[in-house]
Amino acid sequence: MNENILSVKNLNMHYETISGNVSAVRNVSFDIKKGESFGLVGESGCGKTSVAMSLVQLQADNAVISEGSIKLDGKELIGLSESELRTVRWDGISIVFQGAMNAWNPVIKIGEQIREAIREHYPENTKAQNIEKITELFSMVGLDQNIMDRFPHELSGGMKQRAVIALALSCDPKLVIADEPTTALDVVIQDQILNEIKKVQDLLGLSLIYISHDIAVIAEMTTTMAVMYAGSIVEMGPTDEVFKNPKHAYTRLLLESTPSVVGDKKKLRSLDGEPPSLIGDIKGCTFSPRCPEPTDDCKNQTLEMKLIEISNGHFADICCVNCK
Amino acid sequence: MKKNLIEVNNLEKYFEVSGGLFSRKKSIVKAVDNISFNIPLGESLGLVGQSGCGKTTTARALSLLDPKTAGEVKFYNNKTDSMESIDNLEGDELKEFRRNIQMIFQDPYESLNPRWTIKDIILEPLNIHNIGNLDDREEAVAEILKTVGLTPSENYLPRYPHELSGGQRQRVSIARTLIMKPKFVVCDEPTSMLDVSIRISIMDLMLKLAEDLEVSYLYITHDLAVARYMCNRIAVMFNGKIVELAETEELLSNPIHPYTKRLISSIPVPDPSYERIVYDINYDELDEIIAKHGAEEPMVDVGNKHFVATHDVKGLI
Amino acid sequence: MDNRNTKNEKNIRKEIRKASINKNWTLFKQSKLGVIGLGIVVFFAFLAILQPLLFLTGVWEESVYDPVVGYESEKVTLLVVKCPQEYPTEQYETKNDCPAKGEVNSVVIFNPSVKVGDYYETSLQPAPPSSKHILGTDSLGRDIFSQLMEGSQVAFILGLLSATVGVALSTILGSIAAFFGGRVDAYLMRQSDLVLMLPFLPLLFIISAFVELQVWHLAVVLGVLGGLGGSVITIKSAALQVKVKPFVDSARITGGSRMRILFSHILPNVAPLALLFMVFSVTGAIASESVLSFLGLLNIDMSWGLMIYLSQTDGYIFSGMKYWWLILPAGLSVTFLAGGFYLVGRGLDEVFNPRLRQR
Repeated sequence: MNENILSVKNLNMHYETISGNVSAVRNVSFDIKKGESFGLVGESGCGKTSVAMSLVQLQADNAVISEGSIKLDGKELIGLSESELRTVRWDGISIVFQGAMNAWNPVIKIGEQIREAIREHYPENTKAQNIEKITELFSMVGLDQNIMDRFPHELSGGMKQRAVIALALSCDPKLVIADEPTTALDVVIQDQILNEIKKVQDLLGLSLIYISHDIAVIAEMTTTMAVMYAGSIVEMGPTDEVFKNPKHAYTRLLLESTPSVVGDKKKLRSLDGEPPSLIGDIKGCTFSPRCPEPTDDCKNQTLEMKLIEISNGHFADICCVNCK
Repeated sequence: MKKNLIEVNNLEKYFEVSGGLFSRKKSIVKAVDNISFNIPLGESLGLVGQSGCGKTTTARALSLLDPKTAGEVKFYNNKTDSMESIDNLEGDELKEFRRNIQMIFQDPYESLNPRWTIKDIILEPLNIHNIGNLDDREEAVAEILKTVGLTPSENYLPRYPHELSGGQRQRVSIARTLIMKPKFVVCDEPTSMLDVSIRISIMDLMLKLAEDLEVSYLYITHDLAVARYMCNRIAVMFNGKIVELAETEELLSNPIHPYTKRLISSIPVPDPSYERIVYDINYDELDEIIAKHGAEEPMVDVGNKHFVATHDVKGLI
Repeated sequence: MDNRNTKNEKNIRKEIRKASINKNWTLFKQSKLGVIGLGIVVFFAFLAILQPLLFLTGVWEESVYDPVVGYESEKVTLLVVKCPQEYPTEQYETKNDCPAKGEVNSVVIFNPSVKVGDYYETSLQPAPPSSKHILGTDSLGRDIFSQLMEGSQVAFILGLLSATVGVALSTILGSIAAFFGGRVDAYLMRQSDLVLMLPFLPLLFIISAFVELQVWHLAVVLGVLGGLGGSVITIKSAALQVKVKPFVDSARITGGSRMRILFSHILPNVAPLALLFMVFSVTGAIASESVLSFLGLLNIDMSWGLMIYLSQTDGYIFSGMKYWWLILPAGLSVTFLAGGFYLVGRGLDEVFNPRLRQR
């Protein structure tokens, strides 16, 4: 019995541009158990959205998956035809996009747009059945039933986002990817939405991938997490373990550069410089130019990067493991 | 008793919104509704609130980008050693005002003219105010670039904004803003569009410059944690009004207004073992305050330089 | 130390400029349409330059090849025959077969000293393409290829001049409308509406009735009409978008005057769009000229439109492919050059509008 709902091995994806090939995803591997919430944290350009897009096979036209396997509940996704993928999308795995609030068609009522998605996967359902289903979903995310008859512009940002979550759940997916679902929302609304997501996850036994640049949200929402930098995972493990005992220099800097409203006022560390260019061949540790305490090994360009297990389930990049 | 740099009293900014194509009735949106605060010389005030609360409108009114509807704003004039109103400033007085008040914007991609080189962008304030001769100006530009950490300056001066990263662009904005050594800078969420790891270095730069140049900031943000890092005092805005104003640590450890309490408790904490409990809205404490200290508008002093708004917020939060 | 810094700075600036030009060229090259368009435009520009060069270097004699007053008569020798009254005969099937190629009917010749069976020399105009005149000659014996090159010069001058005038006008008006708003804006918009309403060609006809239009006049008229029309509205909306950007607020807060903001901040950001308009309006200018010349409304010595006009007045326009060299080269040139500029505009759009790029 396969315990993993999602199994990603050696995923490599690059974008073909006029300046060359940009390696957006480099050797990414992770497993997600059923019912788990997995966090993917990193800053802009680290590749987390590229990973998300690859998982639902919605990557851009000039994106090429050169290597790797993505298995959803044992079934391989890479190489499937478009029609086969359509059955998997939304039904097996669904996604709440970044800025999804703006993904609503402004001239069609909310209810109708959700029904459209359901009809794709459950064509035998009657209209009444679909309405009932949507009512149920809405109550799960805290929306009133009459929202179904409203147009997107009549709803507030928070309501639109809740509707997006309902849309993502409409075909009973096993795995939901949430890519920065609360970025544009106010803190109070964000808190409510995060609670809704947790509630829904418990209720439906969903597996969840939560992508964010906000490490505080990851701390509260996930049980396992991975830190991404320059297209690859630099540290991965149970969330409390990673927070208590961060091994990679980048993880440490992320944790120490996040101001908080609770506790004493801390002196925060900062990170200088820019993320590296991902064009062409990339060798060695990509973080070493910005690392505050690089060793000679780190600057060694020929070092083969791989994740080493430190303790049960907690992995980090080889150079940082050997560091301190 | 410290001198005040800015005194804002009963500031109001209303917008008239027409009721529709055929409706004659115009409704009024009170974007900024009777707010008052002071900023002492050398101190920074954080203006915290969620989108639509009126903080950006306040900033624009203070910097004379948009006219205010009502209220009094006074700035300290060190030449006359007195507070002067910003109303009806013209000619030289207006120019003097424009030398001393600057603004840093949120979007690093839109706050620099894409057709100008970095050199021209930073030179512009000096050119507008005719400071020194051309050599002096160029030297000043090179100096300020060094101060904000963009060295060697020759690498940056001939470049265009699109060739720089977001963090570098904000540094250019800071350089341009501070080259005139203003007394007061309004910062409209300058780090919210930057990567988390870069924010601290920009904020540290701004703190250091504030100390070296004796600049005061009005720091506008939706992120209370950032306001904590940058400001001596924080004002919480909601629905066009300031609901609470206190020194930073006092506000965070002893929030009184239900909105503030709700806000603080909604912020996620970067610690998985922390049990965050969201404040359940309860107006009792506010009623007690009113009973004890009175209900003067807009805010009442509860001691320890801590101010709380007393207007009715039942059902709004 | 200062000297070294400024030298470094100048070097870096040069490098950046070079890199930027290279990058823009690469982007432009990506658009196949743009490259084709550019090729066409370069070809016609070459033609325009070629003509004076040929005269200067003496390859062509002016008396023969000048497009307006040149003359070369192709002489042809014809056998004089007398066409029979009844058909069919041994030599001719129907009446239309006499005279045949190389023959001339004695009835047509008004020369008593010529008799049937003699050889009669006469000049043949318009002459088809030959080794001397690669596109043939027109009915007045003038070299068509030379006329084509002259027309190319006219097209370029007219096109670029009118485009420049038009774009300068619409950019300034559009920016002023956006910047000052209120009554100024309202007035300029109503003015644009008025110009848009007016039918373009009939207006040109009326103008040509009052004023004797030469190329320069036409260029200015076209420029003004184009500049006051719809492009003002488009530029105004682009200027409005620039006006609300934070860097304009930044300039205001710093203390910049309104004029400074208009000219230093808004105009430069509207310029790429204006350049695009300019390229597109050349297309319209070339087409308008050819229409006006074809209708005989222009006072011009030679142009492509005029070439077609002449072939019409001489009665050759409906001759099918028999006198193709009188019509086809000129007509195709108008089409290709106008189209070429349009394609260049499309290519430029790729460069200026990052969202269109193919990554």
